[in-house]
Amino acid sequence: MAPPLIRFDKVWKSYGQGEARVNALAGVDLAIDPGQFVAIMGPSGSGKSTAMNIIGCLDTPTAGVYAFRGVDAGRLDRNRRAMLRNLYIGFVFQGYNLLPRTTAAENVELPLIYRGVGASERRKRALKALAQVGLTGREHHTPGELSGGQQQRVAIARAIVTQPTLLVADEPTGNLDTARSHEIMDLLTGLNDNFGLTIVMVTHEADIAAYAHRTIEFRDGRVSADTRNHELA
Amino acid sequence: MFWETVRLSLTSIRRNLLRSFLTLLGIVIGVAAVIGMLTIGSGTTEKVKQDIAKLGSNLLVVRPARPDRSGSTSFTPRPLTEKDVAGLRSGLENVRAVAAVAQSTVRVVYGAQNISAQVTGTDDEYLAARDWNLVLGRSFTESEVRGGANVCILGETVRKQFFGAGDPDGQSVRVGKTSCTVIGVLESKGTSGFGQDQDNVVMMPLLGFQRRIAGNRDIDSINVAAQDGVSTTQVQSDIEGILRDTRRIAPDADINFEVRDMTQVADAMTSATTTMTGMLGAVAAVSLLVGGIGIMNIMLVSVTERTREIGIRLAIGAHERHILMQFLVEATVLSLLGGLIGIALGLGIAGLAAVSMSIPFAPSLAVILMAVGFSAMIGMVFGFFPALRGARLDPIEALRHE
Ligand SMILES: Nc1ncnc2c1ncn2[C@@H]1O[C@H](COP(=O)(O)OP(=O)(O)O)[C@@H](O)[C@H]1O
Ligand SMILES: [Mg+2]
Repeated sequence: MAPPLIRFDKVWKSYGQGEARVNALAGVDLAIDPGQFVAIMGPSGSGKSTAMNIIGCLDTPTAGVYAFRGVDAGRLDRNRRAMLRNLYIGFVFQGYNLLPRTTAAENVELPLIYRGVGASERRKRALKALAQVGLTGREHHTPGELSGGQQQRVAIARAIVTQPTLLVADEPTGNLDTARSHEIMDLLTGLNDNFGLTIVMVTHEADIAAYAHRTIEFRDGRVSADTRNHELA
Repeated sequence: MFWETVRLSLTSIRRNLLRSFLTLLGIVIGVAAVIGMLTIGSGTTEKVKQDIAKLGSNLLVVRPARPDRSGSTSFTPRPLTEKDVAGLRSGLENVRAVAAVAQSTVRVVYGAQNISAQVTGTDDEYLAARDWNLVLGRSFTESEVRGGANVCILGETVRKQFFGAGDPDGQSVRVGKTSCTVIGVLESKGTSGFGQDQDNVVMMPLLGFQRRIAGNRDIDSINVAAQDGVSTTQVQSDIEGILRDTRRIAPDADINFEVRDMTQVADAMTSATTTMTGMLGAVAAVSLLVGGIGIMNIMLVSVTERTREIGIRLAIGAHERHILMQFLVEATVLSLLGGLIGIALGLGIAGLAAVSMSIPFAPSLAVILMAVGFSAMIGMVFGFFPALRGARLDPIEALRHE
């Protein structure tokens, strides 16, 4: 059995000092294997986003160990974590977070720039990623000229253009209507099935969570439930 | 990667064109001032050098000393005399020419035309002393000089006024109350550094001038031209020694004449322009500083406006140095742009000044390169703090920024 891609070992994350101290995460233990599709649920303020930031190597635990690919990511400096993100992690946000006034292709090329990939190779891979998310013909549209669902597809293309190991998605369908949400979930499921892309996704909706293999529930900074979805069985 | 960043910064500057331009104003004005002033300054210096060269190289001018304004003088004022000239002629070594000169402004008439010209009484060595050539005719003969003959040589302005395309040689012109025969025409020297037309002159033998125009035997000045490669300082002290003798001044008494070394006058004038250039340079430095602060300000605004963009870039794997570079390049491109506009403007101003002040247009590649380097440096220096601020942002905070 391969070692887990993601392992939380008594992870704490605290904000503020003294009286005002808030424990966003209060001793979380967690392991996610490569290739898993995991949904994270829980009430607002339960620590989901905090956990996602740590999983995505954007943030580090206050206490405990976060190991990503067996590496203690919590001890890495900013630039090393930036490198990990660039090499292994793709991000999809609720608000798409595309660069405004910048074409879809240019947005998708962005992570490759920081990898030092040459311009023509970048363009080639970006167009391929856009084709994968079904946006052929929209390459030169700016976010303002695209619908919400299309913008989220561009964001997904940008996340997968580097062929990452892990996709971190914090409420990827939060801004979309039901039909669009299911299209996005079909896309993510396809990426998980076809490329073995590990996906960790926060959602509030049970029918969205149902696309995942496994649902982890957070409550008050702790994991309150961890269930395998029966489809997998 | 680098060109990517440059392209990115150009895009960003283009998106905020008006704002970028206003920001650049300080740099533009500063650089334009520096370039303009330095170019005008070196043109002026060039002009002064040319003027001095026109005066004649290695020229020393002896004049009687004047009592100062308070009237209390330590010497007895006395005009220069034939004896002083003769003393210098026989006593000085290493000189090309010694010419006695008396001058005054006199009305010169030819037919129905008249002009007020500087009339110079002198001898046949004057042209050599002043490095001045004839374009027509001949200089005075020795006998004409000795006898104070009624002959004269015209400056270009006078010639043009009287004769236009005609031949002046052998014509008779009236100078004051006397008349004289034209034997030559001087080559044009143009306007002097003081705005005086150096061609509005008539030359005649000294003795003739003294008898028929001045009415006295005074000599206004003696021009001495040292040979090339000879120290003018040495010649100057030789002159002082000889004149003390001919004018019977005791060794410990003050001299009643002055010897001006035109080479030193040239140096003094050049250094005066240099000082002026330096002062204007200080003004320019202040406006460059203001320009730099403008850049810093606009870059801080730019970083704040693009906090979310920075967050996105950091999240997808940009290193601190990538963000730092991006904003540093943007600031540098911005101020370099200002520098280039400033250089163009400064050269334009200097060009106009060159035309209107009739000085040479003397742009210096070194100065232009310096301005380019300097404006790039201002961008880097003043862009550094804002860029660092952007690079140090926390990606999570930055992504949350609205
Ligand atoms: N930067 C922060 N500073 C202070 N408190 C924070 C910060 N980020 C999150 N928190 C707190 O940590 C808790 C968990 O937040 P979060 O992980 O965003 O929850 P969720 O995503 O599940 O809604 C909340 O109480 C929130 O107020
Ligand atoms: Mg959240």
